[in-house]
Amino acid sequence: MNVEQKLSVDKFAVDEGNPHIVLHPEKFDEATLKALTVICPAGLYTRDESGRMAFEVAGCLECGTCRVVAAHIPGALEWNYPRASFGVQFRYG
Amino acid sequence: MADYDAIVVGAGLAGSTAAYCMAKAGLSVLVIERGNTAGAKNVTGGRLYAHSLEDVFPGFADEAPVERKIVRERVSMMTDDSCFTADFHSSRFNEPHSASYTVLRAEFDAWLAAKAEEAGCDVVCPGNADELILDNGKVAGIRSGEDELTSDVVLLADGVNSLLGQKAGLKKELAPNHVAVGCKEVVELPRGVINDRFGLNDAEGMAHLFAGAPSNGMVGGGFLYTNKESVCVGLVVTVSDLVKSSARLPDLMEKFRESAPLKPLLAGGKLVEYSAHLVPEGGLHMLPTLSDDHVLLLGDAAGLCLNLGYTVRGMDYAVASGQLAAQTVIEAREKADYSNAVLKGYKDRLEQSFVLKDMRTHKNAPEFIEHTSRMFNEYPELVADVFTQMFKVDGSPSRLFLKKALPLVSRAGIFNLIKDGFKATRAL
Repeated sequence: MNVEQKLSVDKFAVDEGNPHIVLHPEKFDEATLKALTVICPAGLYTRDESGRMAFEVAGCLECGTCRVVAAHIPGALEWNYPRASFGVQFRYG
Repeated sequence: MADYDAIVVGAGLAGSTAAYCMAKAGLSVLVIERGNTAGAKNVTGGRLYAHSLEDVFPGFADEAPVERKIVRERVSMMTDDSCFTADFHSSRFNEPHSASYTVLRAEFDAWLAAKAEEAGCDVVCPGNADELILDNGKVAGIRSGEDELTSDVVLLADGVNSLLGQKAGLKKELAPNHVAVGCKEVVELPRGVINDRFGLNDAEGMAHLFAGAPSNGMVGGGFLYTNKESVCVGLVVTVSDLVKSSARLPDLMEKFRESAPLKPLLAGGKLVEYSAHLVPEGGLHMLPTLSDDHVLLLGDAAGLCLNLGYTVRGMDYAVASGQLAAQTVIEAREKADYSNAVLKGYKDRLEQSFVLKDMRTHKNAPEFIEHTSRMFNEYPELVADVFTQMFKVDGSPSRLFLKKALPLVSRAGIFNLIKDGFKATRAL
């Protein structure tokens, strides 16, 4: 089972047009960009064939790992909790 | 005059315990929680060691939604093609204070938050605590959207990421070598299947930790916990190691759950949730400033977790920090002094309790685990080689076991083994 299939069983409420994570790929170094694709438990950071970074906020499990990994580059990744009633709602946890 | 004596940010185990204890002592308390229900943003492996909650709610397990009482402990060393397991089954953990239970946070935290509400706390749920209100540079409440809520003291129990703890200047940004990221699947299985598969009676549970192949030799490991009608299976890896990995965390997780030792344990199960969480693992080295004027830091927000490889603890420390924070705030109210002159008594209480005593005893554990990578790659291989030599019969002339095993041990380095063994005795 791939991670997209796993995420499909979770309960999310996406705050359309108001992402709680905003990425500025141009500020990143190569090593940190690569790290983001590896550390995200939901696999939301991906690169296309040309190496361009893509990020999908829907499916975020709100762990904060990307925040920690990007913290050494000021302003590269804005991370906040989703607004109340949005984001993932764990039914088991 | 402030709206409340105390505002608690986060209705996890630390926050709700603190809120309950303060309300019981007659304080006016507001709890604000960002999940739709308490626990909806929380994840555990997970096992709760009962002792500290037992102190607050004697006999809690009779009414709280615990899953199973753990009577069986397993620790495995895995390579890609082998798995060595120590299996300890015992009724010696039956006393309320030495018991531990598997729990699922959505249900468990909701129970604890309801206790706080019954005790008289106001609960805003869901609600965000966006900012701290400052009055002459001192914390005076929280801002939630358009609303301002004021209090004499704010207890930050807002979890490992504690954005407010950072804004209050109590803690620095988390360092990648001080946190691990975990992901977890909840896999539904019939109760009887779990009992049969893991050799358990109805209310009995098992905790199983795995070192080696699951984390691909990185600092970390796999886990499996049995609930009433599901098992939790997951993988935790230290972030500073994971950033160097070529394999993605979700792919390592899938490889682990599909591995030969795991797959039959999960067969026929239905995935009902996939979750992830950050775990503070820096111990004493990441201890933040625990209090300032009108503000305290609790639980994961204060980094109160301890991973020794064979025990993983955080929730019992969270509960204790909640209770001790409440005692401190109650004293502050009696003295009508919420300055750090009184609130620093919270750290003293933690120092006198098992919480910071444990952190001090094991202050070298995080560094030992981080710098002894052999634990996660070479030693599982060594164990696999030794047992292969022991059990393999292929018709070639047999040799004394010692003659078979010694070259393997030499290869790993007898000096390394002695050195790591010695360091382990001083750290774990």
